[in-house]
Amino acid sequence: MKKIALALAAVAGIAATGAQAQQNYPNRPITMIVPFAAGGPTDVVARIVTDHMSRTLGQQIVIENVAGAGGTTGITRAAQSQPDGYTIMMGHMGTHGAAPALYPNLKYDPTKDFAPIGMAAGTPILIVAKKDLPASDLKGFIEYVKTNADKVNQAHAGVGSVSHTTGVLFDSIVGTKPTMVAYRGTGPALNDLMAGTVDFMTDQIVNVAPQIQGGNIKAYAIATPERSPALPNVPTTKEAGLGDYQVSAWNAVFAPKGTPNDVVAKLNDALVKALADENTKKRLLDLGGVIPSAEEQSPEGLQKLVDSEVARWTPVLQAAGAKAE
Amino acid sequence: MGDFASNLSLGFGVALSLQNLGLAFLGCLVGSLIGVLPGVGPIATIAMLLPITFGLDPIGALIMLAGIYYGAQYGGSTTAILVNIPGEATSVVTALDGHQMARQGRAGIALGIAAIGSFFAGTVATLVIAALGAPLTGLALIFGPTEYFSLMTMGLVFAVVLARGSILKAIAMILVGVLLSTVGTDLETGEERMTFGLPFLVDGIDFAVLAMGVFGIAEILRNLDHTETRDVVRQAIGRLLPNRDDFRHSYKPVLRGTFIGAALGILPGNGAVLGPFAAYTLEKKLAKDPRRFGQGAIEGVAGPESANNAGAQTSFIPLLTLGIPPNAVMALMVGAMTIHGIVPGPQVMTRNPDLFWGMIASMWIGNLMLLVINLPLVGMWVRLLKVPYRLMFPAILMFCCIGIYSINSLPTDVMFIAFFGLVGYMLIKFGFEPAPMLLGFVLGKLMEENLRRALILSRGDMMTFIEHPISAVLLAIAAILLIVALLPSIRKGRDEVFTE
Repeated sequence: MKKIALALAAVAGIAATGAQAQQNYPNRPITMIVPFAAGGPTDVVARIVTDHMSRTLGQQIVIENVAGAGGTTGITRAAQSQPDGYTIMMGHMGTHGAAPALYPNLKYDPTKDFAPIGMAAGTPILIVAKKDLPASDLKGFIEYVKTNADKVNQAHAGVGSVSHTTGVLFDSIVGTKPTMVAYRGTGPALNDLMAGTVDFMTDQIVNVAPQIQGGNIKAYAIATPERSPALPNVPTTKEAGLGDYQVSAWNAVFAPKGTPNDVVAKLNDALVKALADENTKKRLLDLGGVIPSAEEQSPEGLQKLVDSEVARWTPVLQAAGAKAE
Repeated sequence: MGDFASNLSLGFGVALSLQNLGLAFLGCLVGSLIGVLPGVGPIATIAMLLPITFGLDPIGALIMLAGIYYGAQYGGSTTAILVNIPGEATSVVTALDGHQMARQGRAGIALGIAAIGSFFAGTVATLVIAALGAPLTGLALIFGPTEYFSLMTMGLVFAVVLARGSILKAIAMILVGVLLSTVGTDLETGEERMTFGLPFLVDGIDFAVLAMGVFGIAEILRNLDHTETRDVVRQAIGRLLPNRDDFRHSYKPVLRGTFIGAALGILPGNGAVLGPFAAYTLEKKLAKDPRRFGQGAIEGVAGPESANNAGAQTSFIPLLTLGIPPNAVMALMVGAMTIHGIVPGPQVMTRNPDLFWGMIASMWIGNLMLLVINLPLVGMWVRLLKVPYRLMFPAILMFCCIGIYSINSLPTDVMFIAFFGLVGYMLIKFGFEPAPMLLGFVLGKLMEENLRRALILSRGDMMTFIEHPISAVLLAIAAILLIVALLPSIRKGRDEVFTE
């Protein structure tokens, strides 16, 4: 059905002059490809933001979950779709930052093959550990990890996951190499962290906040410039003495390269309006998310972010010898 | 105890409001209707129906989602019995005897006992969650990689015991299943294994694809071989509801299945998949005449179905009390809860007691709804078998394709069910059982990952499996089971089954 729709759209695109076709954009539902399974953090952000965007655009944005290969399956498909504004995608730190280092055969270039729309939400990363780890603050923790390097176990949710890439970054900044233990997803990793089977991990606030509030694990620092209202007692990495560790699992809306500028502008306008809406904002903040700045919400700001993220992740991940293919 | 009663009454106060009752009913109904499409399991159903809960308040939405989950779960059993296509891992065993019952014209009874067994198991599991939910979370935490590996080893031994016919063929099929589970990206290193450079194999083989192929498509091919047996099924629909004799045979398996399923459901890492297999094995061992199993024994439906539902329910315990999803369906529920602004975790019980207890109460109501909806529907489902097969098989094929495509939106998945269908057809022709292969596939992945995790944590020391007491006990049980299964006298019994 979608193929037929795409074919029709292609024919329509040839028949009508570009400008005419775009003037009444959007005149049918828009598909947003979310490259992860329904229910994950990226899917949740996508559903919250598109809920409001649909109202501004006057057309429903339909979420299509195309999961696989750390999100690159869905993004590859979205990158190759018609650049008419009717297929957009929700990219994130992994698919548009870490992926080139992790997947040598990646079929897209995050810095060149997209028309950025704007950032939707930032999700802060926290350094968390089992609750009976002796260190009481981040300095003590780093000391502990370094002196017990042969004993310490670091958990992550699989090669290429947010907890893996941000964990590798942490290790490279601190200058340590603990034993990495891989889990399939954050759930089982947290389970073993709570049980004390593994010692620490780095992960998104939405995953770990309830366990920190419940006293099942402890948090040493949050890797953002400011403290999170959800966890006011957790110091920032800067306060705790590791200011270099600044990292966020951001989510951002992209369209395929070649999408007309006025379509990009319409989509960006809808995104900016959604992020200004009190209810949408509240839902994102409740998750522990950070609302992007005005600059980050713009296409130019997003392009800059992607460029800097690719430049940042590639050496770190290559040095760690991490690859997913 | 006073707490228990007041908590439950708070819960029922919430769940019995007219709106929430309606939502539970609607959820179960829609879940049953979508879930009954072959190949559409609970994950696909919940993902598809998630958006319709967006307009509701959080409690109502969760009650409806839970209803959809139970409905889809039961729908999966319905397709397992009627068309031999298990919707997910836990209904694989239901297909073994359930579909044989359907072929003998006892489809209504199989569906009836499945619904009744599930209701009983659901009731017990609800009480278990309400009374023991909080203390039981400790259980999830003492099961680390070491214990889990040993549990899976025991599960594989179950699979050997479970198999019909030649033990050699059974072991071969289990190993093929384990081998298939290793296809894809290696979890620890990120290296590709056995993918032949094909991009669609990078994430491994999807369980739904494998199950739909070797069970569903293969079954269709086999039916097209000889249409006459199919006609017998059509003509002899028989009674729709179980009679006293059926109940006499089933009540003990239901009790045992409930216990096994509830216990395994609490474990992290999808322990619930073992429930139905364990229940089936147990029933077969306890039966006076184990040969009836695989030929349409009602115990083989009653036990596993109860275990299935009890496990489906108790797997909410780690989610509700720890905020940790034990399997993919529960992970989806976490997403659904966060979309509604509730981040599951230990604080939910104290911060949103009305939501927590309301949801628990609605579990029982959901199970009741399931019974109310499905008992009248049994007649309708069974009548589906009356549809001439030449009309039915294209429809099943089409629904399989739609169902599998809806999970990941990948055309290669559709090609794959055709491939595994051919493989499954050949296996049937050569007398190999697909069920042990599927169990090997499900357990193989968990086993390998937990083995490596345990060894990484112990820095390569194999003794870790014996030093952990729970792990040691599980391995001992596995060893004993294996010895018993291989004893000459029992092997003789096996050979008889095979020649018969």
